[in-house]
Amino acid sequence: MNAPQTPHALHFMPSEGFRARSKAVVENPFLRQSFRGAMDFLMSKRAAQFPDAEELESLRTLGERIRQYNLAKLPDLLVQLETNLTRNGIQVHWAETPDEANAIILGICQKHSAKLMVKGKSMVSEEIELNHAAEAAGIGALESDMGEYIVQLAHEKPSHIIMPAIHKTKQEIAQLFADNVPGVDYTDNVDALIQIGRNVLRQKFLEADIGLSGVNFAVAETGTLCLVENEGNGRMCTTAPPVHIAITGIEKIVEKLEHVPPLLSLLTRSATGQNISTYFNMISSPRKPGEKDGPGEVHLVLLDNGRSQAYADEQLRKTLQCIRCGACMNHCPVYTRIGGHAYGTTYPGPIGKIISPHMLGLEATATMATASSLCGACGEVCPVKIPIPELLMRLREESFSEPHANPAMRGQGAGYSRLMTSIWRGWAAVYRSPALYGAVTWLGSRFGWLMPSKQGAWTSVRVPLKPAPKRLRDMLRERG
Amino acid sequence: MSARDRILAKLKANAPSTAGELPNVADWYATHRSVESQADKAKRFRHFIELAHAEVYSVSRGGWLQKLWEVLDAKQLGKLLVAPGTAHGERAQRELAALGIDCPSYGQAIESWKSAMFNETPAGFTAARAAIAETGTLILWPDADEPRLMSLVPPVHIVLLDAAHIYNTFYEAMQTEGWANGLPTNSLLISGPSKTADIQQTLAYGAHGPKELVVLMIEDNLQ
Ligand code: SF4
Repeated sequence: MNAPQTPHALHFMPSEGFRARSKAVVENPFLRQSFRGAMDFLMSKRAAQFPDAEELESLRTLGERIRQYNLAKLPDLLVQLETNLTRNGIQVHWAETPDEANAIILGICQKHSAKLMVKGKSMVSEEIELNHAAEAAGIGALESDMGEYIVQLAHEKPSHIIMPAIHKTKQEIAQLFADNVPGVDYTDNVDALIQIGRNVLRQKFLEADIGLSGVNFAVAETGTLCLVENEGNGRMCTTAPPVHIAITGIEKIVEKLEHVPPLLSLLTRSATGQNISTYFNMISSPRKPGEKDGPGEVHLVLLDNGRSQAYADEQLRKTLQCIRCGACMNHCPVYTRIGGHAYGTTYPGPIGKIISPHMLGLEATATMATASSLCGACGEVCPVKIPIPELLMRLREESFSEPHANPAMRGQGAGYSRLMTSIWRGWAAVYRSPALYGAVTWLGSRFGWLMPSKQGAWTSVRVPLKPAPKRLRDMLRERG
Repeated sequence: MSARDRILAKLKANAPSTAGELPNVADWYATHRSVESQADKAKRFRHFIELAHAEVYSVSRGGWLQKLWEVLDAKQLGKLLVAPGTAHGERAQRELAALGIDCPSYGQAIESWKSAMFNETPAGFTAARAAIAETGTLILWPDADEPRLMSLVPPVHIVLLDAAHIYNTFYEAMQTEGWANGLPTNSLLISGPSKTADIQQTLAYGAHGPKELVVLMIEDNLQ
């Protein structure tokens, strides 16, 4: 039952480079400016959607309640969803790992001799790196969300879960289009750029053999897949090609259709500050006899990829309440300074820090939870009240505590260092004993001059630390 | 053991013993959203969908066709995809043809004319089943007569809405109509023309769906 899962390779940027990548962004004033500007924009748009603090608070409480209720019933709801989707004619597949999910999707493509798959925005498809797998199998996988299309053209990954190309300026995009789209001259007019994308992708919607999409909510009682979007590419991918494949994490289920309106309202208002998205697309079956369009086949792939590990622990389970609105990253002082790529994971920012360790193991992600000042902004804005700072503390504990049997997480203790642990133990001992504390500070005041002038990372941008020549208690004694 | 059984077994082994009470969604809406008159709902609907860049025209039950023709004329559209299997589509086809508008119908399954749909269909005309005042949202349930792509592929989408069918909220719409008892192949909420802000947060319309959304709102006898 507990078959070991292969940690999924991070293709582009292994997590060890986190520090170096962060440093590079912090030193780039243009990138910092564009992230700062974009985050300020998104924060003010969200704030404008929630003028009434009581309404916001009560809606968040309802959202949290709905997510926790549905997670508590998750195994039953998955079965109910499967039953109802199957009854509706939608084929359900289960995958424990990214490799299994890719195999299922590519298997369907091959059955239809598919050459081209158009993709709506799906972070889960990024999580399994479907584009690489499709390419290796000789199937074209084309992103059709404008932001995703742009980052794919640039051979990059999205740097934000809602606005994938947020790190790019329009001049960069103009150059990218001029270099890559045949017959297109340089223009940095945004309307013109969007029309270029529209024209290229329309042809692809027309030709594609497979449409792939994510899922925002899967409704168990009706067997319905719900998609939130503004552009219409999601509707194109789920309507125009003959086959539609949807992929989702196992946690995105609600039992009742009536759970959807509050979550939808929280999602769009928190994400982009819209009272609703342009489209909300509810799909309950493939094309029925007599209907004139829509895919003849609809599939849903349910992916675990570490989610069941988070599920097993009462505290970590709260990670799965997430509705992927991105508000936590928009409000994160760390994300705003280093951007999404620095994290090296599919999901960046606060949500990335708490979900990625379950997907990739703590071995690859031990330092992520430490890149936080624990300011608490993420927890305050989260529409479903995930206590992100508490979870970050817990993940630090899991990463840096001594390895033990039956850990709650794969890679527990990955960041453990005997030296570091003994230093902290010593520190704690000193602070517990007044006599020892007195002795240590006395030594410090006498021999402080022995402190080295180079103190690692501390002195790279600061003056060296030096104990004061007189202790506070001595000064107080002198004053009587 | 299959992946399915392994995933379910892992979850079951660790699920909490109780889910607690069903969240009270009805109560939240009752205390946080007001119930408005038809006329006020129409106003609110119009306000929000116009904010999202849709054009809204107030029409009468008898007179909407005249407005439809004026819209086509103003936009210099000589061709409109209609659904003659519906009463409004049949009327549009019959009367607009007399005014010189070419009104092809969605007669065949899409496979036989996909390219024409994508390349030679400048506008589509459908009805909305209902609407939502809170967010300025149209509700469409495409079907065999009025298929899904009609409201998506043509660059201009014109919608006929009876303002007597505007709900206060999305929640009220699904509760009143009993959606939980069964949904069609595809149901849609549409709240404006297609748009994107993916390039430097600059809003641009007509990303992949219709560039223009026009609502003809029948406002006869609203209370
Ligand atoms: S953790 Fe909360 S704020 Fe962050 S993406 Fe998820 S739902 Fe949104």
